[in-house]
Amino acid sequence: MEKIRKKKSMKSMKRQESITYLLFMAPAVIAFALVEIVPFFQGLYYSFTDWTGLPSNPIHWVGIQNYIDAFTDSRFQYSFLITLIFALANFVLVNVVSFSLAMLVSSKLKGKNIYRAGFFVPNLIGGLVLGYIWQFIFNNVVVSLPFYNGLSLLANPNTALVGLIIVCNWQYAGYIMMIYFTALQGVPKELGESAELDGCNGWQKLWKVTIPNIMSTLTVTLFLTLSNSFKQYDVVLSLTNGGPSRMWQGAAINGTELVSLNIVKTASTDNLMALGQAKAVIFFVFLVVITLIQTSITRRKEIES
Amino acid sequence: MTKRKSLKILAEIGAIILCLIWISPLALVIINCAKSTASIVLDPLALPENWSQMIVNITSVWSDRTVRYASAFKSSVIITFGSLFFIDLCASMAAWAIVRSKSKVAKIVYTIFIASMVIPFQVIMYPLVSWFRTIGTSVTIPLLGFSMLRSYPGMIFAYVGFGMSMSVFMFSGFVKGIPYEIEEAAVMDGCSKFQVYTKIIVPMLKPIIVTVTILNGIWIWNDYMLPFLVLGKGNAIQTLPLAVSNFVGAYTKQWDMILCSAFLAIVPVLIFFLFAQKQIMKGMVEGAVKS
Repeated sequence: MEKIRKKKSMKSMKRQESITYLLFMAPAVIAFALVEIVPFFQGLYYSFTDWTGLPSNPIHWVGIQNYIDAFTDSRFQYSFLITLIFALANFVLVNVVSFSLAMLVSSKLKGKNIYRAGFFVPNLIGGLVLGYIWQFIFNNVVVSLPFYNGLSLLANPNTALVGLIIVCNWQYAGYIMMIYFTALQGVPKELGESAELDGCNGWQKLWKVTIPNIMSTLTVTLFLTLSNSFKQYDVVLSLTNGGPSRMWQGAAINGTELVSLNIVKTASTDNLMALGQAKAVIFFVFLVVITLIQTSITRRKEIES
Repeated sequence: MTKRKSLKILAEIGAIILCLIWISPLALVIINCAKSTASIVLDPLALPENWSQMIVNITSVWSDRTVRYASAFKSSVIITFGSLFFIDLCASMAAWAIVRSKSKVAKIVYTIFIASMVIPFQVIMYPLVSWFRTIGTSVTIPLLGFSMLRSYPGMIFAYVGFGMSMSVFMFSGFVKGIPYEIEEAAVMDGCSKFQVYTKIIVPMLKPIIVTVTILNGIWIWNDYMLPFLVLGKGNAIQTLPLAVSNFVGAYTKQWDMILCSAFLAIVPVLIFFLFAQKQIMKGMVEGAVKS
């Protein structure tokens, strides 16, 4: 009898405990579900309907019509193309710049702590404010430099993309630099020294000693920089707002309208909410695929080394 | 030896120049804050003739009637700190419960939190606004007494939801490192689970609370799109990035006003950085490497 009662009370204690834990999880789960999960599934559903965003309008199922419209929209095709070009160039450049900066600030220079802080600071400024500041720099400051003759970078769609890459590097490289810097601190100095004794030059030392030793960090930084490059929005909005325009397949088109901006313009400016939603879902699937490919490649490399 | 030394000096000078170029955009913002639009357009590189012009510009931005900069500043502070408080509270509670409870539910919840990190904001944003409008207009007004759109509670609630996955992830990584024996001993001494959380777990979480707060704080302070959607245009409540973009809209090409408003939006973060430089840089790197 005694034993059974004890067992029972143990069981009810366990149950009570798990209820307590559930209560502790509840606020986070409710907020997260209402803000992310519910709208996510709603968004998936809306992309197959003629949703207008207004609660008073009835919603009708239209199948994959929005997806057909999205894929045949030449403006969206162009956005995808320009986003790929931008993201790849930005991805490569951010990593090269931030790694070089990290090498610089982990050397024996006297003012390295100050340099580190200086390179890092732009990361604290929001993309929107930063875009306006650089608009001023490109349009007013750079063109007034004595040795510069020509138009502002932002006046031509090709050079505007270059301008965008410069700004994104300026904002993000200092942050990635800090991650590389932390990883470089963890590479044992003896390894580099013994490589030098074995007759390695600086370049060989970099590829054979330093990089294999920071492979796990590289997985992180490559992931961060790649997804950051594809998701840029605020800077584009305030720096170029998609412009300047150019001719594309016989029509005037926004020259630097990245996919993220194209989605917003489709939904809010053109007032095609369901089409914008379908484009967003395409963008989501694309990002998932890219992320999976990239992490599987770096993981494999990580195991190899 | 001397060759090495001169090379070192050369590298040092090169680094100084690079660093100066790197921060020159910020220096240009500050210089041109102390000029009138006419002299900015004439020569944006020249040093200001009269630094007191800066105070004139700042006061006119601060007290501007169309953009209401001062009230945007207040709203930004309320939204940032309100969201940070609830993010830290909800995420630490949930993370602790997820790690300690070995139930299936906890595992599923955790997996969903992590998986959701790949969802781009663009998929969620418009359904979120329409959904907030729905609960705001039909059920919620009698139920909660406020609307989700264009209000502080709605804005903060949205940030708590969006901040959850990363914050829960970081907190739970930390909780895993706290030995369970401490909690068991406390329970033996008659502590309830609630007391275990408030008296034992929270004090131990201090370092990770700092990291999570910094990461979320910088994001929320600078964020543009979410307040733009939730708070909307022409609202009494607006954040600093919204105010800056309104300045650009209202004062086209009036660079003294635009740069000054940008400068004022940056200054709080820069001051914060000066005082907590180490924690910020360390926290942001930790946040990235762990996730």
